[in-house]
Amino acid sequence: MKDRLKLVVFLTVIAFIIQATVAFAQSEGETADSVISEQPVTPPPKPVIVSGEDIPNDNGHKLKLNWEYPAEWNDSIVRFEIYRADSPDGDFRRLGEAAGGIFSYLDIGSKKKDDPNYMPNDQNLYYRVDAVSKSGVTVQSEIGGPFQTSGQWFHKGKVPVLIGVVLFAIFTIYFIRSARKGKDLYIRPLAGIEAVDEAIGRATEMGKPILYVLGIGGASDIATIASFTILGRVAKKVAEYQTALTVPCYDPIVMSVAQDVVRSAYLEAGRPDQYSDDLVFFVTNAQFAYVAGINGIMVRDLPATNFYLGYFAAESLILAETGNSIGAIQIAGTDQITQIPFFVVACDYTLIGEELYAASAYLGRDPLLLGALKAEDWGKAIAMVLIIVGVLATAFGWDAFREFLRVNL
Amino acid sequence: MRRTVPLVITLIVGTVLIVAEFVPHKPFGNLGDKFSMYFDIIAVFAFILGGGNLVRVHITKISRKKADWPFSAVTLAGFALVLAAGLFKIGNPGGIRGDVAVVGSLFNDLYIFIFTPLQASMFALLAFYVGSASYRAFRAKTVEATILLVAAFVILLGRTPFGLWLTGGFTGSWEFLQVPNLANWIMDVPNLAGQRAIMIGIALGVISMSLRIILGVERTYLGQDND
Repeated sequence: MKDRLKLVVFLTVIAFIIQATVAFAQSEGETADSVISEQPVTPPPKPVIVSGEDIPNDNGHKLKLNWEYPAEWNDSIVRFEIYRADSPDGDFRRLGEAAGGIFSYLDIGSKKKDDPNYMPNDQNLYYRVDAVSKSGVTVQSEIGGPFQTSGQWFHKGKVPVLIGVVLFAIFTIYFIRSARKGKDLYIRPLAGIEAVDEAIGRATEMGKPILYVLGIGGASDIATIASFTILGRVAKKVAEYQTALTVPCYDPIVMSVAQDVVRSAYLEAGRPDQYSDDLVFFVTNAQFAYVAGINGIMVRDLPATNFYLGYFAAESLILAETGNSIGAIQIAGTDQITQIPFFVVACDYTLIGEELYAASAYLGRDPLLLGALKAEDWGKAIAMVLIIVGVLATAFGWDAFREFLRVNL
Repeated sequence: MRRTVPLVITLIVGTVLIVAEFVPHKPFGNLGDKFSMYFDIIAVFAFILGGGNLVRVHITKISRKKADWPFSAVTLAGFALVLAAGLFKIGNPGGIRGDVAVVGSLFNDLYIFIFTPLQASMFALLAFYVGSASYRAFRAKTVEATILLVAAFVILLGRTPFGLWLTGGFTGSWEFLQVPNLANWIMDVPNLAGQRAIMIGIALGVISMSLRIILGVERTYLGQDND
């Protein structure tokens, strides 16, 4: 027992000595530091402003300021502070700072005249850069400038896009004119579209309703707009066959447009009396609550045919698998690449990507719309040729071709 | 007239927005963002339309005692409760002037303790649906399905530590045979090539669809055909 007590006392003394030694060493270090800090400090050199570049392809109000600084002082500089004024002797306003070792600053000014950060286009601007050292010494650069910003009337980085759009528009207009003149245009058949009539017919024979889901996109989504056009064709056929139609909506604006589309389709089919606003209704705009609502409709009403056409996200598989479990024939289509595999697995027919946009033209068989589809096919052919030439150009080092097609956003 | 005015508006706005894509200078720069803002403003008012439709459809169901009308009663009760909790800020520590979603308010409690778990439950169902869908898709009945099965097996294995443990012995010039490397190759080469092909098609489809709408060739979305 006594031995243990001795051991504890011995260890306590040793610990005390170590702690005291460390404390003494720290105090010595602090004294040494304070001695160093008392030594005279060599002021850091001035930053030298070398250029102020207007950012290209924008509406102005942006400038990239570049300066130089001796490399041997990099470790001593904490930050550079950037200032701007309208004249060399004007009131310089602090814009921001760049960390030490960084020698450029992107000045994004305001377009509004009443904003303190207002940055006028086509007027002289002057800059100053202050280097702040670790010891707190601040050194101002000479005034840099004058520099100017300006807005451009054409985005030069988008030339390839413009050429592509113009070419495609010419193709589209040419084929639409050809179709208008009565030229017979061959369009590759799509299984999913061919099955629409069969799917509606099946529902009619079984005396069960058809469920049409427009997805969770807004009315401005191109996939939703494409779905409206398909809904119009489907609703017309449904009205002709006198089958029940259910269109649950995620978005109130989508609901409003869909009501108009379906009402018009019933009118065109000569059955306006069969239309009711209850066919197209708002469920909710909460993603999974919407799924729960539609799944409930599916298991209660047991529709014979389900259409899922539009913008879909994580809910796609939940919808499609529920539809599959009730034995409905399912036709799906979306432009969301990540959801296409889910629809392919769980649905009978899937419109992949651009087939969704083409579907309304296929269903309507309108020559004008078919003309636009033909232009799309030509666009794809040109894309294929460009890809092959691009691969060859990269392989053989023809940089000019690659650079010509580069898009700088 | 009912279709002509929207068609003219579509033509003008569509053309201006295409021009704005290539002209960064005033007044075209940021025009797309501004139009998005206008759309959001309209969308806010549309929620009144949505709420009104919801109430009308379900009241009709209840009053006519249509099939499954009790579900409609539950929907309306939930709608009324959340609306009242939000509008009158029931239980809000800051009173009627406090933030609607502040901790402790009934609205926040309904959202956190009822709505969020229900949403999460629906999302969790996805795991089971992925299982059932995979089972159907990966049955090796055809050559394509077999390739799909093998690819899926390699990727599943490659995304787990077991895959590396199993094939970690392949080193040097044989390193490419390690399952994680094979999985990455499948994702980066054949999978990405397929995705890009679809993306190119979608891009052309979007341009074509937009041109059809701007030129007024596609007009089904406008509703009634007879002016």
